[in-house]
Amino acid sequence: MAEQEIKPQLLKVTIDGIEVEVEPGTTILQAARKIGPAVAPPAMCYYQPLKGSGGKCRACLVRVAAGSAKDPRPMPKLVASCLTTVQDGMVVENETSPQVVEARKGVVEFLLLNHPLDCPVCDQAGECDLQNFAFDHGRETTRYEEDRRTFEKHDIGPYIQLHMTRCILCYRCVFTADQITNKRVHGVMGRGDAAEISTYIEKAIDNDFSGNVIDVCPVGALTDKTYRFKNRVWFTKPVDAHRDCPTCSGKVTLWYRGEDVIRVTARKNEWNEVTEFICNTCRFDKKKTSDWTIEGPTKISRSSVISANKYRRDEIKPSFGQRLAAAEYKAIDDERDTSQLGIQQLAPERFAKVLPSALEPEP
Amino acid sequence: MATKILTEHINVPGIETFDVYRKQGGYTGVEKALKTMTPDAIVEEVKKAGVRGRGGAGFPMGMKWSFLAKPEGVPRYLVCNADESEPGTFKDHYLMKNLPHLLIEGMIISSYALGANKSFIYVRGELMYVIHILEKAIAEAKAKGFLGKNILGSGYDLELVVQPGGGAYICGEETALLESLEGKRGNPRNKPPFPAVKGLYQCPTVVNNVESIATTSWIVNNGGDAYAAIGIGRSTGTKLISASGHINKPGVYEIELGVPVEDFIFADEWCGGIRPGHKFKALVAGGSSVPILPANLALTLANGEKRLMSYESLSDGGFATGTMLGSGGFIVFDETSCIVRNTWNFSRFYHHESCGQCSPCREGTGWMEKVLHRIEYGHGHQQDIDLLVDVAKKIEGNTICPLGDAAAWPVASAIRHFRDEFQWHIDHPSEATQPGAVYRGEMALI
Repeated sequence: MAEQEIKPQLLKVTIDGIEVEVEPGTTILQAARKIGPAVAPPAMCYYQPLKGSGGKCRACLVRVAAGSAKDPRPMPKLVASCLTTVQDGMVVENETSPQVVEARKGVVEFLLLNHPLDCPVCDQAGECDLQNFAFDHGRETTRYEEDRRTFEKHDIGPYIQLHMTRCILCYRCVFTADQITNKRVHGVMGRGDAAEISTYIEKAIDNDFSGNVIDVCPVGALTDKTYRFKNRVWFTKPVDAHRDCPTCSGKVTLWYRGEDVIRVTARKNEWNEVTEFICNTCRFDKKKTSDWTIEGPTKISRSSVISANKYRRDEIKPSFGQRLAAAEYKAIDDERDTSQLGIQQLAPERFAKVLPSALEPEP
Repeated sequence: MATKILTEHINVPGIETFDVYRKQGGYTGVEKALKTMTPDAIVEEVKKAGVRGRGGAGFPMGMKWSFLAKPEGVPRYLVCNADESEPGTFKDHYLMKNLPHLLIEGMIISSYALGANKSFIYVRGELMYVIHILEKAIAEAKAKGFLGKNILGSGYDLELVVQPGGGAYICGEETALLESLEGKRGNPRNKPPFPAVKGLYQCPTVVNNVESIATTSWIVNNGGDAYAAIGIGRSTGTKLISASGHINKPGVYEIELGVPVEDFIFADEWCGGIRPGHKFKALVAGGSSVPILPANLALTLANGEKRLMSYESLSDGGFATGTMLGSGGFIVFDETSCIVRNTWNFSRFYHHESCGQCSPCREGTGWMEKVLHRIEYGHGHQQDIDLLVDVAKKIEGNTICPLGDAAAWPVASAIRHFRDEFQWHIDHPSEATQPGAVYRGEMALI
C-alpha cells in the first residue's frame, strides 16, 4: 500500500489585505511573491538561489501588524521580510504602512548616497534593480551635499570589470563565488562605508563560472568586459536559446542587436533572479547564432524599459497616486501634492477602518 | 560603607595571583558550586538574584541562561564578552586587569551551570597586556586543578580559551563576536536564530559580559536572595560605573544600584563633584550610545523626583526626558564642553566602526558625521538640524544590529535637548568656530 503523503499544514498570511496560504518555513517575501508583484517587497540583496543572502539592504522591510493568530501583537520594529518566516495568522503591511514607505524612502536615499548615478553611461541601466527600486520608492532629489566615495576601476580577470563606485554591498557576488565556484578569491575588504568588494592582492577571478557574478549584481558594479559600453539594453532583443554544453545547463538568453549577438546571460525569472547559472564558455565565447538552438523570444513585460525604451509608471506597477488611492492611506510625502494627482483625500476615520495602523501616532 | 561584591579585595597587594586571591576567599564559589550544587540550582540562584546583563542591554542573565537550547549530543558554549570598546566605558578592563581570577572563577561556575566544556573569553585586541594577565591566571588556576580535566574531582571538565579581538567595536555585538571568534569577518548575524539556539559553530551559546559573569561567585556563595536584596526594585546588586569627564575623581566605582545621580556626581565617596569653578552641563549616563541628558534632567525625573542610578530610573520618561544605564560609561560634561563638537566626535566614532553590512548604518553614520562636521566647522545650513533628526530616525530600528541605534540616539538626543546650541552654530559660524568657543546661551547649569 502506498504511503499517504503527509501534507504540511498550510499557514494563512495576510499581506496588504490579501490572504495567501503558504507552507511552514516560507519567508514573508516569498509569500508576498506568491501573491504577485504588486505586493512583493523589493529586494536588493536577497537572492533566492543563494544560501545565506539577504538581510543587508533593508529594502524589503515590512511591518508585521500581527505576529500570529496565537500572539496577535505587532512586532516592535520593522522586519526584513526576506528572512522573517511567516506564522499562521500573521498580518503584514507592505506598502500600506506609512512607516514602511517612509523607511524604504530612507533606504533608497542611503543606497543612492554614495552611488554615482551615472546611469546614462552605465551598462546596467534599464535592467538595474537599484534604478527600479529608486523609481518606485525614492524621492526625486537628494539631500546629500558632500563628495561621494569613489574607487578605481579594477579588472578582475579577463572578462569582468569591477566598478566599486557603483556597488551597494549586497554581498550577492560573494555568496555566488562562495557557492557556485570552487575557490572564492574575492570578498569584502574594509569596514563601514569604506568597505569594498575586492580580490586579495589584485588576484584575477579565474573560474569556469565566475561570469555569474555579473548576472547577480543588482547594479552596474560588475560588468561584462565583452559587452561594456557597446550597447543600451533597450536597443537589444532578448531571445531564449540553448546549446549542448558539457559544463552547464546551456540555457541562456541571447541579446541581439540586429543580426549580432551582443551578449549572453543566464535566464532570469520575473524577480530578476538567475534560475540556472551558466559557464563562462557559454557566456563569453559563444557569440554566434550558429552556436545556439533558438527557442524563441524571451518573455519581457511590455511595460519593461527593455521593450518600452522608457520607464512607464502605468503598467509596471500602479503609480504612487493609484496605490495611494487604492490603499486609502494618507499621503506621508509632503513634497508630493496629492490634489494634483486627482485623489480625493479621505477622512482619517475612513482609512482607519481599512488600516488601523494609519491612525497610530508616529513614533 | 556600601556593599562591594566585585571590588572588595581589589586593593589587596598581589590579588592578581592565585595564592593571594585564594587567601581572600577566592574560588570558594567554585568549590561550593561543583561539590554541592547542580547546574540547574545555580541557574535558579542567578535567576533569583535578578542580575541584569552588564554589557548594556540590561537583559536578565538568568533568563538568558534559561533560554539556552539543550539538544542531545551538541556541545554548548559560554563566551565572555570582554570586547569592551564603548567610548566612556572601561570597567571590564579594570576588573580583568586587577582581578583576573574573579572572572575565571565566574567562568568556571557559569560554564558548569550551562554545561559548557569549552568556554571563551573574547578580549578586546588593544588590551594585549590584559590578555597576558588572564593567560597567566588561567595557567595558575589550571596548575591548581581548577581548570582542565575533572575539576576538584567532580568529573566536570572545562577548557578556557582567551581570544584577542581584532580591534573592531562591532565585535562587541554578540553575534559579530561569534563570527569573529569563528575566524570570519565580524559582521553581525541576522536574528533569529538567536545565539541561545544557534551560536558559536551553530551550537547553543550564551554570551555574557565580564561583569555579569564575575557576579556569579558571590551569588553562589551568598545566594540569589542576598544579591537581590541589594539594589532597588528590578535593578538588583551592584554595578561598576566608569566615571569620566569633568569631575574631580574620575575612575571606576562599584555602586549599589539606586544611588541618586546627584550623590554619585557630587558626593566625595564617588565622583567628588564637578571640577572647581565649573558647573554641570550635561551627562552621558551609560556609554556613548545612550541619549545625552542636560543637567536638570540628569538629576531629576520629569515629575521632580530625584533620578537614581538604576535601570528603571535612568530610563524613566523614555527618550523624551530619560536615557539608559547602558554599560555604565558615565561621562560628565561641564559648561566648557561644546555639545555639537561632542556629538560630532561620537558620530565620527560610529561612522568609523560601522561594519558596512546593512545600508542604513553604512551610509547613514557617515552622512550624519559629515553634516555634524560642517555644522561644527561653520558651514551648516538652516535645514541641517532637521536633516539630522530625519536621518537618525531612518537609521534607528531599521538595521541588523543595535549599532545603528547606538549611532542614532546620541545625535537625536543632543538635538532634542540642545537644539539652541546647534542653531547657534549655524547662525553664528564665525563666532562658533573660534578656538574654544562654546555656546553661552540659556541653559540649565548646576
